[in-house]
Amino acid sequence: MDLRPFDFVLAAIAAWVAIGVLGLARPRDLRYISRLLFPAGALVGLGLAIAAFNAIGSLPEFTILPLGLPGLPFHLRIDPLSSFFLVLLGVAAAPISIFSAGYFRSGGGAAPGLLCFQYHVFLAAMALVMIADDAYAFMVAWETMALASYFLVTTDHRIPEIRRAGFLYLLIAHVGAIAILLCFGVLQGGTGDYTFGSMRSLVLTGAWPTAAFILALAGFGAKAGLLPLHVWLPEAHPAAPSPVSALMSGVMLKTAIYGLLRVTFDLLHAQLWWWGVLALALGLATALFGVVFAAAQTDMKRLLAYSSIENIGIIVAGIGLAIVFKSYDKTLLAAIALTAALYHSLNHAFFKSLLFLATGSVLHATKERSLGKLGGLIHRMPWVAWLALVGTLAIAGLPPLNGFVSEWLLLQAFLFTPGLPQSFVNMLVPVVAAALVLAVALAAYVMVKFYGIIFLGRPREPNLAYARDAGHLERIGLVWLAAGCVLLGLFPVNVIRFLDPVNIMLIGTGVGANAGNWLLLAPISASRSSYSPLIVLVVIVVVVLLTIQIVHRYYHGRVRRAPPWDCGFPAQTPRMQDTAEGFGQPIRQVFEQFFRIERHLPSPFDQAPRYSLKAGDHLWHWIYLPIARGADAIARFAGLIQQGRIAVYLTYSFVTLLALLFFVQ
Amino acid sequence: MSASALLSQFLQLAIALLLAPLVVGWVNQCRALLSNRSAPPITLPYRTIRKLFIKDAIVATGASPIFRITPYVVFGAMCAAAAIVPSLATDLPFARAADAIALVGLFALARVFIALAAMDIGTAFGTLGARREMFIGFLAEPALLMVLFTASLISGSTSLPSIVDTLAHRELAIYPSLALAGVAFTMVSLAENARIPIDNPATHLELTMIHEAMTLEYSARHLALIEWAAALKLFNYSCIGIAIFFPFGIAEGGNWQAILAAVPVLVFKLAIGGFLLALIETVSAKMRIFRAPEFLGTAFLLAVLAMLVNLLLGS
Repeated sequence: MDLRPFDFVLAAIAAWVAIGVLGLARPRDLRYISRLLFPAGALVGLGLAIAAFNAIGSLPEFTILPLGLPGLPFHLRIDPLSSFFLVLLGVAAAPISIFSAGYFRSGGGAAPGLLCFQYHVFLAAMALVMIADDAYAFMVAWETMALASYFLVTTDHRIPEIRRAGFLYLLIAHVGAIAILLCFGVLQGGTGDYTFGSMRSLVLTGAWPTAAFILALAGFGAKAGLLPLHVWLPEAHPAAPSPVSALMSGVMLKTAIYGLLRVTFDLLHAQLWWWGVLALALGLATALFGVVFAAAQTDMKRLLAYSSIENIGIIVAGIGLAIVFKSYDKTLLAAIALTAALYHSLNHAFFKSLLFLATGSVLHATKERSLGKLGGLIHRMPWVAWLALVGTLAIAGLPPLNGFVSEWLLLQAFLFTPGLPQSFVNMLVPVVAAALVLAVALAAYVMVKFYGIIFLGRPREPNLAYARDAGHLERIGLVWLAAGCVLLGLFPVNVIRFLDPVNIMLIGTGVGANAGNWLLLAPISASRSSYSPLIVLVVIVVVVLLTIQIVHRYYHGRVRRAPPWDCGFPAQTPRMQDTAEGFGQPIRQVFEQFFRIERHLPSPFDQAPRYSLKAGDHLWHWIYLPIARGADAIARFAGLIQQGRIAVYLTYSFVTLLALLFFVQ
Repeated sequence: MSASALLSQFLQLAIALLLAPLVVGWVNQCRALLSNRSAPPITLPYRTIRKLFIKDAIVATGASPIFRITPYVVFGAMCAAAAIVPSLATDLPFARAADAIALVGLFALARVFIALAAMDIGTAFGTLGARREMFIGFLAEPALLMVLFTASLISGSTSLPSIVDTLAHRELAIYPSLALAGVAFTMVSLAENARIPIDNPATHLELTMIHEAMTLEYSARHLALIEWAAALKLFNYSCIGIAIFFPFGIAEGGNWQAILAAVPVLVFKLAIGGFLLALIETVSAKMRIFRAPEFLGTAFLLAVLAMLVNLLLGS
């Protein structure tokens, strides 16, 4: 029998579920779980990535699994879009699993076996989301994913804030799920056939396609963390154990991107230009909001969570641009914008996972999450620090690493917008490009703050001197992700060629054929724009080495160590370094309108003067609290009829019966 | 890639390396003359760099390797930038590897490294400088990119040599978009090169420093490289300005005579540019740090306006 790549994908999903179940067999045996099951899960992830990599260029394949309700089997299908996201899942899940093998310790929170089960079911559910070919299977996988991640987020369920964060996450996940369900309801167009195949062949008319798109944007936006449905993200990601945060941020958010692309480009026939403008505006607002809030954070994992919001915003802006171009039939430009969005998704899976895992190592070594109590860890934890530096430079969008490539592609797509028939859209583009560039530049600020305060400077607390570097398994995971950041940055043309089947499937045109040779990336034409990260890197490295050689040879290489000079001020303490609040203060001041600031100033007569400042989120107060208050009021009103006495309830039944009799008459 | 193209590439890089300290010396001389002081010799920056190379390097005890590699990385990034900005010729093989967006990326790379190095020792002034530098950078970088985008929209290319080729052949008229972009570019260059009104390169008061505060702990060869890189940055910014706004006289193609003829033209333009810079610095006062967002925000808006004007008027 011939084995297709699709069979391997299915086998990988089954293997993940099996590993999870095996974890339940001996839930308290940490050695068995961390030395056997998690590494096995990593191998499965690698296998999934290889299988999906081989499937990306081939024609879609179908299969029907006799699972679920009678008469409603799971329709599954693998096509280039699902293959791409499966590769993303596989290559990111493998290092995270290896890291987890060294990360999870006994004691505190859920039993390791239970954790292993939830973790692998989460992975399997994400893979299933990407190959589901009917709304039923999709929703089952989607909800499994939400539930598994909910339980993972609340691993440390004894802490009230974590329970609260988990609840918020579950709530918004379900609001989003309702929107997605309604979206599929619109897409089936009254035929009652919920397979994606039938939705694809159906042409919706009137306002229905718009309704479907808006519902998809809302539903998947809730999962991705688009404004204003982002509030769960900065709560849930920090609450989860670090490998789970990495998985949620690096991979789970991408399932939402996958869903949005699937509905917009695959299930819907034509795209309207203003959908693109809507997605573009929403994406940019999200990106700016995320990065400004990231600059003000003092908890390292919350900072990364806000930075995830920013990156998702950039990806959605890319998708919006692709929709605009596609609606005007500029397929090459649409393909470039979509490539940028997909590329950035892949990049984000690497660098954000890397940074979340690094914070996990820091957390284990120091028991400290607040940036204000860290510092100087590059001396105690060199492996984590140097690998995190790669992630930091990549996420800050610096050449020659991977974050720069996707941003470069997106800016190229923006730059060649002129010539669209709608002059309003034409005018919009420079403004939008400016906002995008501003968000990217702010990201550099945020990442310097993140890295500088955790790893550089002097330790702000004495017990940081006992911090220990990550173990071997954790290092493997970190090295893998850092290598991914470098390779994705250095060989963009190969990555774009690999992405091309997705472009051809969704847009109809690819970029890869004329994207240049392996050395030089030139997506439109070489005279228009070109970029070669490898040459840039080689030139910088050669100049650096030559300079070192020349300086040492013609002068000398003598170095003396001495205490820091610091303008001759002798009484320096580590507390005089910038805190996280201090480093973010200029941004908070410039973007003061973004925050809801509660300041408490000491009075001149206070015995123990205290200053406190809380930078909150306006949207929470404008949208969420009124809704919560409304729900409370309704519940209280409904509560009036709940007396808790059986006679009263019998009276209700009696009255109801009377009323019914009256109506039946 | 022809041999002459390679040669023009190396010639341009060598000229940039050699001429950059001279530009700084010239600006200092003009400043002194304009404020009625006796001027230091124009070759002073060379002597300073040489003196610093001879001295023993002193590194603070808590410094990590990031502190020691940063001067080299910053210098390397500035050299790479000098190789892609067409100052003498447009036939640059290396310019194909990095376009205008990558140029801004190279500047950002240098900035991030120097900010990280400033935080590395853990002194109060170092982190203060790093914070301020990133603060100025996040506003200046987008504005610079918008200026470059305006030029890219006119020429239909983000490659700097193509931009110069197109702009040098336009008819001699004032383009409204370029005029706005020029003002924005001037403002950004002042901020990015640590000049008055944002920063003062000659200050001795640590509390007002930005760039200098970050390099307080550097000495000897490390400081020499940082100073040289700062001079290269000023040179690069001047050459970007020349390439976009006054591209006439830059050699096109691998013609030897043209490249040689371009050298005095470049020196002439740099001399005028340096004088104007000194003039701006002499007649303006340094701003408080929190006035900087207004200044740079104006530059940013002007640059966006330049793009809009370009789209509206097509010029």
